[in-house]
Parts: sequence; structure tokens; C-alpha cells
Amino acid sequence: MSNKILVYIDQYQGTALPASWEALGAGRMLTNLYGGASLVVLVAGERSKEVAGQAFQYGADEALFADHATLADYRAEAYAAVLVKVARELAPLAVLLPTTLRGRELAAMSAIDLDSGILADVTALELQDGKVLATRQIYAGKALSKVVCDALPQIITTRGRAFEKPTVDPARSGAPTQVPAVLAEADIPTKILSHAAADGGVSLGDAAVIVSGGRGVANNPNLSPPTGLDDKQAEIWRAQQGFKMLGDLAGVLGGAVGASRAAVDAGYIPYEHQVGQTGKVVSPNLYIACGISGAIQHQAGMRSSKVIVAINKDPEAPIFKLARFGVVGDLYTLVPALTEALRLRLGK
Amino acid sequence: MKIIVCIKQVPDSAARIVVEGGQISWGDAPAIMNPWDEYAVEAALVQKDAVDADVAVISVGAESAKEALKTALAMGCTEAILISDPALAGADSQALARTLAAAIQKLGPAELVFFGRQAIDTDLGVTAAQTARVLGWPALTLVSKVDSLDGNKITVERSTEEGRQVLESKLPAVVSVGKDIGEPRYPSFMGIRKAAKAVIPTWSLADLGIETPKSHIRWPAVMSPPVRDITTEMITGNSPQEIAGKLADKILAEKVL
Ligand SMILES: Cc1cc2nc3c(=O)[nH]c(=O)nc-3n(C[C@H](O)[C@H](O)[C@H](O)COP(=O)(O)OP(=O)(O)OC[C@H]3O[C@@H](n4cnc5c(N)ncnc54)[C@H](O)[C@@H]3O)c2cc1C
Ligand SMILES: Nc1ncnc2c1ncn2[C@@H]1O[C@H](COP(=O)(O)O)[C@@H](O)[C@H]1O
Repeated sequence: MSNKILVYIDQYQGTALPASWEALGAGRMLTNLYGGASLVVLVAGERSKEVAGQAFQYGADEALFADHATLADYRAEAYAAVLVKVARELAPLAVLLPTTLRGRELAAMSAIDLDSGILADVTALELQDGKVLATRQIYAGKALSKVVCDALPQIITTRGRAFEKPTVDPARSGAPTQVPAVLAEADIPTKILSHAAADGGVSLGDAAVIVSGGRGVANNPNLSPPTGLDDKQAEIWRAQQGFKMLGDLAGVLGGAVGASRAAVDAGYIPYEHQVGQTGKVVSPNLYIACGISGAIQHQAGMRSSKVIVAINKDPEAPIFKLARFGVVGDLYTLVPALTEALRLRLGK
Repeated sequence: MKIIVCIKQVPDSAARIVVEGGQISWGDAPAIMNPWDEYAVEAALVQKDAVDADVAVISVGAESAKEALKTALAMGCTEAILISDPALAGADSQALARTLAAAIQKLGPAELVFFGRQAIDTDLGVTAAQTARVLGWPALTLVSKVDSLDGNKITVERSTEEGRQVLESKLPAVVSVGKDIGEPRYPSFMGIRKAAKAVIPTWSLADLGIETPKSHIRWPAVMSPPVRDITTEMITGNSPQEIAGKLADKILAEKVL
């Protein structure tokens, strides 16, 4: 077993997902805990060399990249084969990955190939008897569990925003090393026929501020929808105006827009925005819940936010129990006023 | 065509979880089929209707998990099997995947195995990819739509971090589905009656012909989350502008922006 920690950097078109650098930060923490182990990163896909180059500035000691025609699009089997091969060669103490969709999947696959186990979606790491003792949430954050992996390498995925991104040191640099693809095209069982990027914006998992709306966002009798809409369409139209208003507030704060399941199920906003047990679990610095009652399944997705603000007409809404600040009132008058007030104070 | 669905029984999402003396309990909250797995069952049944397939549903768990299997039968699955063995107590996801893979192989040549996105108790979201890996089959995760399916090929749409992709894969394959696959159907009256009478066989590890698969993950401690000491401050005022001004000042004073 070498004295190395391997970090997989999840990237898309030459840009690392922010959670990847956080995983690198967690990796550096582990090299320190292990008393000066070295930190190796692996990046795969198109333009992975650029990202591997950046990794030095984030603190990597060594950076490997795999750029090959068969790896141009992410395909789980092809990427997992590269990761597994590198992990076999390096025999690291631990492999860290961000808990992104790709990171989770690659961790899952390599745990089988490497006959080890995963410490999945962890929020804290320490060392005990030479092994990583990780903390993770279970039952949607209603309980915590300590977990240990008894095999090597210990495969770990880090939860977004749970670990600090290392500070960039522009003075550091290095030469990334290329590693080859492992599977030939004929051995890859899948083919990407097309892909479509969603409309940009800040992704919920990475957002420092989230402004979320619930069923209450449709509740503005003063808005008159264009003629020709039936009741359901008019309701959705109203809600969409409301979500635009929440978008303005999020815009001033550089944040993202979230939603309750009720809002998603009613067709007000796409599922990608759903926060909660069956949506995304988020922990921004600031979470502003507008017209959300605060059902236990919604709380499961946002309760670890640093500061929670609730705006709701109903003083009895359970969301107020979680909130640092609460306002009882109509979101349609309060949200635009808050947007203005913050715009002034932030000089935007 | 043969399709298999893997489901887990979990405590209801509204259950109040209590940790006491290192043990987790959820009072008298009902155990249900993992909500994500209802989508997996739905996805399988859509294909059953489209291509005339048999749908077997399997679960690794305690005897009580037969209730979840019965729900799946009532929704329209053709066959259900419980995999239960005392040696699986404390099994990790790797051991679970090896067990599921053995059961899938014992069930005979299947073209597709459906999984839910993740189990709402352990929140892992890895079992589909791991089972695929043990089987040596491709893993198509977070599928939102099955575009086409024929004897040796499937085309699906799946969610990625950046948007959506359309992907073609060889069969057999493992598919995990998200919410976009379509709302799970309700069990029919006939289905419920049939399921109530169904006899669900239980397979042990010996029946699967495997040794106890190794688990590498341990859980030395479970805890309640730290209690958040929140004093809620209600902001009031004579106009939305006044309230908003106060609230904005308070938010800025928290220094989180
Ligand atoms: C298995 C399962 C999984 C689930 N997963 C999730 C999940 O991931 N995420 C999730 O969010 N939910 C989830 N739910 C649903 C959850 O139980 C609630 O039904 C849902 O969160 C309610 O959404 P809501 O707060 O928007 O709607 P409601 O509960 O209807 O609340 C609307 C609120 O808006 C307020 N309001 C109305 N008009 C205004 C106005 N003009 N101004 C201010 N306030 C106003 C009302 O006072 C009310 O409090 C799940 C449920 C189940 C069973
Ligand atoms: N004990 C089990 N028996 C059968 N299928 C399971 C079991 N646990 C998990 N699964 C399947 O694997 C999916 C992902 O679970 P997990 O990786 O535990 O989050 C679930 O949605 C189920 O489809």
C-alpha cells in the first residue's frame, strides 16, 4: 500500500464541478492526517488536461488525466475502467470523489472492482486507528451515522459544501501526466446519441443562497392571466410569475431557485429544482422559504442550511420552527420589497 | 422478455426517527415500499404492457418485506421473491449487490433489471450501479424515459448533472429510474385481491448458491443530529417595505452572504 490519496475530479467541458475541489480539500485533510501522504488527482474526458493543470493550484502533488476519443462523452463503464486501473496501480489509502451523479456512480462501480466499500456522501472525516472514520446522514438527516471501511482503498464520496475548497495558489504549477483509456470502443456497451444542456444558472447543490417557493407561489388572486387559459393553466401561469419574482431575489443574492414537491407536482417548475427527501438535499448559507409549509420531507432537504428565513401567510406553518427569521404575510408583497431592500444594501 | 425489479422496504418518509442507546427506531410508523422503488415498478410495468414481459420483483430483507413485495404484486408484477438470510444482517451495499446479482442470475435470463434512485433510509444511491458491475452489465442510471426497447438494445433518456442525454445500450442492462419516468400506478382492486393470496417464496443464500458475501463497511455508531438551537425572530412592521428593510438588515448582520 502506497502513502497516497487519490482524488477523482469530476469535470464537464474543461470546468471542474465545484464539489470536485471540495473533495480535493478533503483529500488534503486526509494526507495531513496520514502524516504527509501525497495527493494525486485523476481527471478524465475532453479537456481534462486543463483541469488537471488547475489541480496543482488547488494543492495536488501529482495530476493524471485521461483524454481519449472513447472518453469524450462521460460513459460510466469507460470512466470506471480508467479509475479502477489507476487505483490498482497507485494502491492508495483512499479514493475520494465528489458526491455528484458521476462521482457516486464511479465510486459504486470501483468499490465492486476493487473489492472494497464506500463511505458515501460523507460530511466529516477523522482518523481512528489508522482508518478513516466518516460521518454521514441517514434517514434524510434525521439521524447521523459514523462509518468505517475495513478494506483498502477506502472509497469516499464527499457531500457538496461540507468541505472547504482549498485556496488557490497561483504560484503552484506542474505538468499533468497522461494515462491511457482502458476500454476499446467495441468493449463499451453504451453509445451517447445526443445530449442537451439544461438552462445554465447556479446549480442547487453548489448554491450559497437558495430562494425556494412552494404551493403558496400560485396564490396571487391579483394577477390576471392572459385570456384563453383554463383554470389549471391560469394557476400555473400565476405560479410561474411568482417563481420569476423569486428568481429576481435569487439573482440579487447570486443564488439559485428551489421548490417544494407540491410546486413541482403541480407543474409550476421542473423537478430539477425540488428540495427535500425525494429532491435535492442542500445546505446553503441562506435558505429563504416562500409559501412553503415545511413538511418533514421538505425539511429533510434543507434543515442543515445555515440561516433559514421563512415567509408564509400562516403563522402556524411548521417551517417557522426551523427559521432564524420569520415573516407572517403575503409573499407577493414581501418578496419584491425584500429584493429591493437587499439590492440597495448590496449596491446592486 | 423477462424484467426484474429490485425494491426495498423502508420506514415511511414521515416517520419520526429516534436514536436511543445506539439503536434507531421509528415508533409505529408504517414500513412501506421505498418511494423511489414505486417508480421502478411503474417503469417495469410500462414495459410489461408494451412488450409483453414477465415482471419479477425481488427484495432482500426481513420477512416483513413481503408486504412491500405484495404492494408490487398488487400494482401488477407477475412474481415476487424475498431473499432473506440471517447471515445478511449488517450487510453493506457491496454484499447486497452481490446477493441481488446472484438472485437475478438464479431467476434466469432477464433483459432488464430496474432499480429506484436511492433508498430513503440509508440514502446511498449506489446499489444499481454496483449490482450492474457484479453482473458485468451496463448501468443506465437516473433514466427519465425509455424511448425504445427491442430484443438486444435499449434507448433511454437520462438525467445528468448538466441536463439530459439520450443513450443507447446493449441488453441485458441495469436501469435506475427517477421521478420523470411517470407517476406510479395505484394497485387495482383485482391486483390487491390477487396479491393478498399470493405465496411469496423465500430464498436463502444457500438457495442462491453463494457464500455470505463480504461486507467492508461498518457502522460503529448512530446518533441523533445535533439539536439546532434556533430562536426564531419574527419580523413585523407597518408596511412590506419596513418589514423588508428590517429583514434585509438582519440577514446581512448574520454575515452569511
Ligand atoms: C414519499 C414522500 C416524499 C416527499 N418528498 C418531498 C420532497 O422531496 N420535497 C418536498 O418539498 N416535499 C416532499 N413531499 C411532500 C410533502 O409532504 C409536502 O406535501 C410538500 O412539501 C408541501 O409543499 P408546500 O409547502 O409547497 O405546500 P403546502 O403544504 O400546501 O404549503 C403551502 C404554504 O404556502 C402558504 N401560502 C399560501 N399562499 C401564500 C402567500 N400568498 N404568501 C405566503 N404564503 C402563502 C400557506 O400558508 C402554506 O403554508 C414528500 C411526500 C412524500 C409522501
Ligand atoms: N434490500 C434491498 N433489496 C432489493 N433492492 C434493494 C435493496 N436495497 C436497495 N435496493 C435497490 O437499490 C436502489 C438503491 O438503493 P441504495 O443504493 O441503498 O440507495 C433502491 O431504490 C432499490 O431499487
